[in-house]
Amino acid sequence: MTSVAGDTAIRLADAVVALGGFPALAGASMSVERGELVALRGANGTGKSTLLRLCAGLVPLARGGATVLGVDLADDRVAVRQLVGLLGHRNGLYAELTCRENVAFTAQLVGASPNDVDDALQRLGIDARVAVTRAGALSAGQRRRTALASLIVRRAQLWLLDEPHAGLDTAARNELDVILRDATRSGATVLYTTHEVDRAGLATPRTVTLSGGCVTSDVSSKFGVAQ
Amino acid sequence: MNTIVAVAKKDLRIEWRTRTLLARVVPFALLVLVLFAVALDSEALLLRAAAGLVWMAMLFSTMLVVQRAFDIETSDAAMDSLLACTAQPSRVFYGKALSLFVQLFALAAVLVTAAVVLYGASVNGNRVVLLVTVVVTATGGLATVGTLYGAVVANMTGRDSLLPLLALPVLAPLLIAASRATEAAFGSQTIDLANGWAWVGVLVVYAIVFGSAGAAAFSPLTESDS
Repeated sequence: MTSVAGDTAIRLADAVVALGGFPALAGASMSVERGELVALRGANGTGKSTLLRLCAGLVPLARGGATVLGVDLADDRVAVRQLVGLLGHRNGLYAELTCRENVAFTAQLVGASPNDVDDALQRLGIDARVAVTRAGALSAGQRRRTALASLIVRRAQLWLLDEPHAGLDTAARNELDVILRDATRSGATVLYTTHEVDRAGLATPRTVTLSGGCVTSDVSSKFGVAQ
Repeated sequence: MNTIVAVAKKDLRIEWRTRTLLARVVPFALLVLVLFAVALDSEALLLRAAAGLVWMAMLFSTMLVVQRAFDIETSDAAMDSLLACTAQPSRVFYGKALSLFVQLFALAAVLVTAAVVLYGASVNGNRVVLLVTVVVTATGGLATVGTLYGAVVANMTGRDSLLPLLALPVLAPLLIAASRATEAAFGSQTIDLANGWAWVGVLVVYAIVFGSAGAAAFSPLTESDS
């Protein structure tokens, strides 16, 4: 493992990720400090999801440099997995397990307590009735909340969220924004992708735009919600 | 150990909820045994072939159980979340293999009983110990190979047909060893007890080799690089 400066959560230097021979990330460079809330914008196929999966240690770095939470991904990308929480397009839930059982399973894997499970469910507004409902019978929004509760229970230092607002109604989206800001207040770093210009501009202090697998702009918004 | 138990318990809980083994796999395996009995239509021939038929039915049924075990991981990308929660993917391999072992052991118990009832196979005295050992070791081999090849095809298109194509040739040595050892346990005239135990040795080595290779290969196999 190679350490970087303690305040840096993510540092990418000309990072290249090849998927089936295609450079999905073609020399991306960016840096995210610990405790930051950053939105990743870009059209479909510009490498947003790949960047998140790279940071989660789920795809190999082909060229360039990538250091996440002090772990050099070129050396050991498995080591970073327990430090980050990734929520992709899909929720990663087991349809036959209840909402609570799904969160409790994650808790077991990471050594969290049943109290942590209850806290996470409560924080996401998941009531007792929903908690005992099988994930396969939940609405899209409820499944998303369950997946987020699993993320909370992991106490991840870095949250990597791929379109976390997708499938949520307006109230739930606003609640999610509050949850993300709370996460950064408690010391976590949050990097999420979004297609929504307004959400990236108003709800997030910093917006990074990807195009063609490279970072093309990096803007800090004065309208962004202060942390 | 915590991860292994948690993964195995999760898989068994899902199996208990869906009853895949009870409602689909056990009836399928019993049907295979019945159809063999109808097709061969000779008590002497059935008694001679009983052990092989039991393990043939086990092999086919294993494909169904393995497919189900990995369907639950891929349907909502749960495998990514699972791997993201653990620094040691080999524990996920052992957890899934343990769950498969429990399910396949139960299935083997049903099929051996069916062979006794349908084919007139008999087990007595110290042959029971051999039979139990054969079932445990052969099921261990099936579980480890099943988990390994289930992971290989998990993210592939057409995995339902690819799994048997890839796994069955690899399982041929297990089929031979388990059938011969079970023949000895059934008191066949063609193989004695000592030779039966020798085949158990083959099954033990097979389970250990695939248990180790599967654990080592599980991480690169399940990690998506595409």
